[in-house]
Amino acid sequence: MPDSSDLDAIWLTLKLATVTTLLLLLIGTPLAWWLARSRSRWKNLVGAVVALPLVLPPTVLGFYLLIALGPDGPVGRLTQALGWGVLSFTFSGLVVASVLYSFPFVVQPIQNAFEAMGERPLEVAATLGASPLDAFFTVALPLARPALLTASILGFAHTVGEFGVVLMIGGNIPGVTRVVSVQIYSHVEAMEYAQAHGLAGGMVLFAFFVLLMLHAFRPDRRRS
Amino acid sequence: MPRQKRKRFLPIFITPCCKKRNEAPEKDARRPIRSSPEEIWFVKFRVLFATLLSCSPALAEPVRVAVAANFALPAKVIAANFAQETGESAELSFGATGKLYAQIRNGAPFAVLLAADAETPAKLEQQGDAVNGSRFTYAVGRLVLWSPKPDAVDPQGEVLKKGHDTHLAIADPKLAPYGAAAVETLKALSLLPTMQPRFVQGENIAQAYQFVASGNAGLGFVALSQVMREGRIMTGSAWIVPDHFHQPIRQDAVILRKGEGSAAARAWMDYLKGDKAKRVMRSFGYGF
Repeated sequence: MPDSSDLDAIWLTLKLATVTTLLLLLIGTPLAWWLARSRSRWKNLVGAVVALPLVLPPTVLGFYLLIALGPDGPVGRLTQALGWGVLSFTFSGLVVASVLYSFPFVVQPIQNAFEAMGERPLEVAATLGASPLDAFFTVALPLARPALLTASILGFAHTVGEFGVVLMIGGNIPGVTRVVSVQIYSHVEAMEYAQAHGLAGGMVLFAFFVLLMLHAFRPDRRRS
Repeated sequence: MPRQKRKRFLPIFITPCCKKRNEAPEKDARRPIRSSPEEIWFVKFRVLFATLLSCSPALAEPVRVAVAANFALPAKVIAANFAQETGESAELSFGATGKLYAQIRNGAPFAVLLAADAETPAKLEQQGDAVNGSRFTYAVGRLVLWSPKPDAVDPQGEVLKKGHDTHLAIADPKLAPYGAAAVETLKALSLLPTMQPRFVQGENIAQAYQFVASGNAGLGFVALSQVMREGRIMTGSAWIVPDHFHQPIRQDAVILRKGEGSAAARAWMDYLKGDKAKRVMRSFGYGF
């Protein structure tokens, strides 16, 4: 049975994943649109930067975030100047880290969907008098709905599973930054294997459920 | 011509490992060039056997030492001296004592454990994972309240009593003896309730140090060995916490089951007890 600190960690993790996923959809969708349609020569560069968290170990990301978010780091100076204080060891800091960390998992499926749909639907919308913005919201987004779902599920799941980054910049504060993965780690370190099993088993079930959902919403199945 | 290829291959394959300690196998390996096939197989078997013997961990391999994070820096210096003076070498792995314990319980190939506490080696001995009677206290750790800023910490630690809004980094008190000592110290000063909301916890003392050194936490309880070189605090300001505020941080070493019978492991333990190793530890702020 999970105790109250486990429940705190679960609640915190769900909150973090929800906020992160919403933010990622807001930022990621326009970016995916740009990446899919732009002919700019910066496109490849931006695409590579977006994909970086796929190949970087989370500790690298966490290490640089710790330095950048700190009071003497560039981001830390900015947030202090804006009156937000220092973001490390705070929930907002975790959100920033998670958004960066889960970026490619949200942007890439959406970008693929936009690329796959091609110019045709938008041209048709334009001949019917739709403005580009109108066409984006009434044609492109509905067509990309399965991809948006996939992206949300992936972004959410990836944030839930995040460990290295939160260990580096979270500070392991109960109720503020101690998410499930860190809680499991602490249980194992303290040799509380029963509690570790409870939470870790839950994570396995959750991951399994997520993969089932991904199959159910797979874009190619929808289309056929 | 596969036969000829193999003849050439075998001595090359074996020599790097045995050259130093055992000349005989090399000679044996060359002999079959002029021998009958049966003899070749026999000699090859002998060569293989001799190779296995001369390369067994007791003789040729470095001592694998698991080292608690707070002792990482002195351990590196001591290992370098050890290699220079004895010709044996020590391979160091660093981590939180709790993690090292779990790894050892699950078959990690360490010959020696230098723990951050006295309980873990004792427990390993009880459970039969360590060699009975090999355990001893190699150092007594010191706790320090530290900031990388020059005037942040006064020499009496009064800064803790003053109102301030900075984070206080400690090692997880549940997992690390330095974290537990930090909590004991705050209890002794009756400051625990006011300080607890400001805690940020590293999984071990190395991460607690990282939190302070990067400026993300204004103050931190870290190991003296992390901020002291040659008997002086290197950067920033510090309050060396007096011994009576917390239980002594006795750090014990023990030979593990995997290191039983290893001469190099015993040599390493003897070296740790020696004057030269102690001088290194003292320069990093450890007591005995």
